[in-house]
Formats: sequence, structure tokens, C-alpha cells
Amino acid sequence: MVILNALVQGVLLGGLFAMAALGLSIAFGILRVVNLAHGEIMTVGAYLAAVALSTLGVNVWLSLIVVVPLLGVVGYWVQRLLLQRALSLGELAPLLVTFGIAIIIPNALIELFTTNKQAIPTGDLAVRSVQLAEGLRIGVLPLLTMLVAVLLIAGTQLFLARTRSGRYMRAAADDSETLRLMGVDHRRVYAYAMGLAFAIAALGGVFFGMRQGGVTPFDGQLLVLFAFEAVIIGGLGSLWGTLAGGIVLGVAQTLAGVVSPELPLLVGNLVFLAVLVLRPTGIVRSKVVV
Amino acid sequence: MSRTAGAGEALLEVDSVAKSYGALDVLTAVHLSVPAGQALGIVGPNGAGKSTLLSVINGTERASAGTVRFAGRDVTAVGADARARAGMGRTFQIPRPFTHLTVFENALAGATAGAGLHGRAADDRALEALVLADMLDVANTPAGELPLLGRKRLELARALATDPQLLLLDEIAGGLTEAECDSLIATIRELHAQGITIIWIEHVVRALLAVVERLVCLASGVIVADGEPDAVMRSDEVQAVYLGGGL
Repeated sequence: MVILNALVQGVLLGGLFAMAALGLSIAFGILRVVNLAHGEIMTVGAYLAAVALSTLGVNVWLSLIVVVPLLGVVGYWVQRLLLQRALSLGELAPLLVTFGIAIIIPNALIELFTTNKQAIPTGDLAVRSVQLAEGLRIGVLPLLTMLVAVLLIAGTQLFLARTRSGRYMRAAADDSETLRLMGVDHRRVYAYAMGLAFAIAALGGVFFGMRQGGVTPFDGQLLVLFAFEAVIIGGLGSLWGTLAGGIVLGVAQTLAGVVSPELPLLVGNLVFLAVLVLRPTGIVRSKVVV
Repeated sequence: MSRTAGAGEALLEVDSVAKSYGALDVLTAVHLSVPAGQALGIVGPNGAGKSTLLSVINGTERASAGTVRFAGRDVTAVGADARARAGMGRTFQIPRPFTHLTVFENALAGATAGAGLHGRAADDRALEALVLADMLDVANTPAGELPLLGRKRLELARALATDPQLLLLDEIAGGLTEAECDSLIATIRELHAQGITIIWIEHVVRALLAVVERLVCLASGVIVADGEPDAVMRSDEVQAVYLGGGL
């Protein structure tokens, strides 16, 4: 039962990892930008939610209405004003720019908020759970996280497949210069894609903060690692693959946690390395675009 | 199906256009005036600057000097996407399909963005372009799976979906069999009959002469001959360029 419990918790933890991985996957799949600051964007999302909670007194769900679109707009302009210029200089330049952002953000957060954890209270949501069987309880928050992750992936998939903007994004991923010949300004398409990636990162960051009960300036470093691992395990270019990758990583971590509380990170990283060596294309065959 | 400029008025005016990459001058002072509805062919040896000229016309490359006017408007500083929306369609010599999109989705991108259509009108426009390019049967095939002829036709279909007034074709007949080439010629003749202005670069001179009513020869970045196709082909300049007589 202990193993079964760990399996179930691991699968649900995978929902959070998948949410973290989705934005990264979009940025890489459409813009070919490896966003090293992805974890920091998630952290900023969690901080904004914490600030909204403490200053406006709204609950965490209401804060999402502000935080998610706000970071979406930030993503749009970061792409237009910063990353687009970097992209024109070559492949390495955007990587360095996001690396710089990843360094600036935690230090700015320390200046503004100190290194103390900023609380993201969720009432009793974080502790509420439902009993499935003797010794097997699942938390309501992890369940909700998984549900939101699945809906997000399905929604993104549908958006890319069926809408005009989604088609432009897929076309831009293939050949942005040719997209211009069709009459589309590819820079705007890129900016919208980055806005989408930032908005989803913010959402993932808030869910992470809820799970942890709060957020600290350096949380982004682990988040971006988990996000990368989920993307690679699942297979670059497949959105559902990020869910599979997140689940594999989550299960590996929680199973290792049963053995010893020291092990989850190490085992998670070993599973990631094993996939990278044995099956570098990931466990899900990429058939869809991004 | 095409927006037309006033009769007799030049749809495209290329004036003193030059293009250089560092010390390399690819185009030096090119003058070209193309009336609406004309089918113009461009021949010339490799490296003469033919593709570069198309790129400067459609905005993929910016002219180093000179002006490009389209439908009465100076577009020299306008981006390729805006020129596409204004009515310029262009195909690449080496086809560049959106490989992960279906053939229909490729055309639809041109119909929604380039022609500015929405919903059913965009679908209809994309389908019409596929019919013109004889690709309706592969509409749902991912473009990455097309053979060469399919890719060349898709270049054409996608450009047509943008509802162009001016169509720039870059060696679209190259690498095709005789039969494939003939069917492509028929398609382009039909587009010409519909009133679309065409500028066509081609090494397959037989295909070119079957369609165009005016021929230009470009060599070393300048136009060395311009006029009625047979006369241009017989001219001393073209003979010199092709037979290596040295200019």
C-alpha cells in the first residue's frame, strides 16, 4: 500500500511538473528559444499572487485573474523588445539573455522581499484530501493541479491545431521567413507565443506556491530543472509528452522518497539521465508540431 | 479574382535598384517597369542576381539603393509581410513548405493573412488556390510528405491563396519531368489569362517562352536585354552571355 500510495502521489506530482514544462515546451517548440529563466518567471508568478493576497486581500483564485494575463503581457513585450533582437544575432544570444534574466530576477526578489518565504495561504485546501482506500488518501490540491494541467495541455493542443493564431505559430516554428511571404509579421506571432508561455508559467508558479505554502527567491532554479527534465523525458516537441515526462519524474521522485527523504532529487535526475542516454528522443513519439 | 491596377499603368516600377553584400555587388542600377497584366520572363546565367532581384521586389531583402514602387506606392522600406498583404506573391526556387502543416493549412495561412480573409471566405480562397494548382487531392497530406512536384505546386498554391496582383516565380519548372513541366505551364498560362501580373525567372527556356510576352536578360547585376522574347533570345547580348562570348 505504501508503494501504491507513492505511485498515486507521484502521478499527481507529475501534473505540477507538466504544467511547469508546458510553457518551456511552447517557447522552445515555436521560437526555438531555450528559456533558462522559465523557473524564475514561475517564481515571479507566485510572488505576484502572494502580493495580491497580502495587499488586496483577495483569495488565490482571484489573484490568478490578474497574475496570469499580466505575465502574458510581460512575455509579449520581453519577446518584442529583448529576445527578438537577440534572435537576430544568432542562436546563442537568446540563451544568454534568458540566463541573464534568470540571475537578475532572484536578486531583485531578495531586494524587494528578503529571502524569507512569502506565504500563499489557500485556506484548508492544501491539507484537504479524499480517502480512496485504507492508507491511500489523495490531496485535493494535487488532484486539482493534475486536472488543470490536463486541461491546459488539451487546450493548447486544440488552440495550435484549430485556430488561425495557432496555425501561424506552427508555421512560424517551421519557417518564419516564409510566413512573412504569406503576409504574417512573424515577430508578432513569436511575441504572442512567448506571452502564452509566460502566462502558463505564471499559472504553474502559483500552483507550485500553493503546494509549498509559499515561495522563496531561488525556487526557480529547481523548477526550471524539473521542467527541462519533464520536457526531455517526454520527448521534445510533444505536448502530451510533457505530461508523460512529468508523471515519470514525479513517480521516480516519490518512490525514491519512500526509501529515504534524501533520495527524490537524485533519483529523479538519474531517471532523466537514463532517458537521455537510452532514449534521447523521449518516451512519447512526437507526431504533433511544436 | 485579382485586384487590378489601372490599364496601361505600371504595376511595378523598379528604379535604379542596387544590392550589395559587403564588397560584393549583386545588383547595380536595375531599371524595370512592368505593366499590370504582363507576363515577364527573366533569364540570365547563374549568379546574375535574378533571385536577389525577386527578393528586393518582394521585400525578403532590402535594396541597398534605388526604389521599388508597387501599385503606385513606394514600398522600398516596407517589410515582406506588408508587401504580401498589398498583393505580392512569391515562390522560392527551393520549395519551403510549412512541413508540419497540411497542404490545405499551408494555403489557408496565405488566405487568412495575405488576402485578409476570415472563416468560410478564407477556406474557399485556400481551396480555390489548391484547385488552380491541381492539389485538391492531397489537401490533407502533411506538406513535409510531398514529392518535389507537389512541393513546387504548393509554393504556387500558397502564393495564389494570398490573392496576388503580382506573382513572382523563381525557377518553378526546374527539376521537373517534361510532362510535369507541361502541366505547370498550363497552370501558369491560366493564371496569366486571369489577369495576374507575372515575373518568372527560369532556366527552362522552353517553359518560359510558352507563357511570357516579354523577356529580360540579367547578367552581372544589370539588365542587358529587354523586349519581345524571340528577339531577346536572338540578341547578341544574350548569345554572348549564354555562349560565353564575354560581355
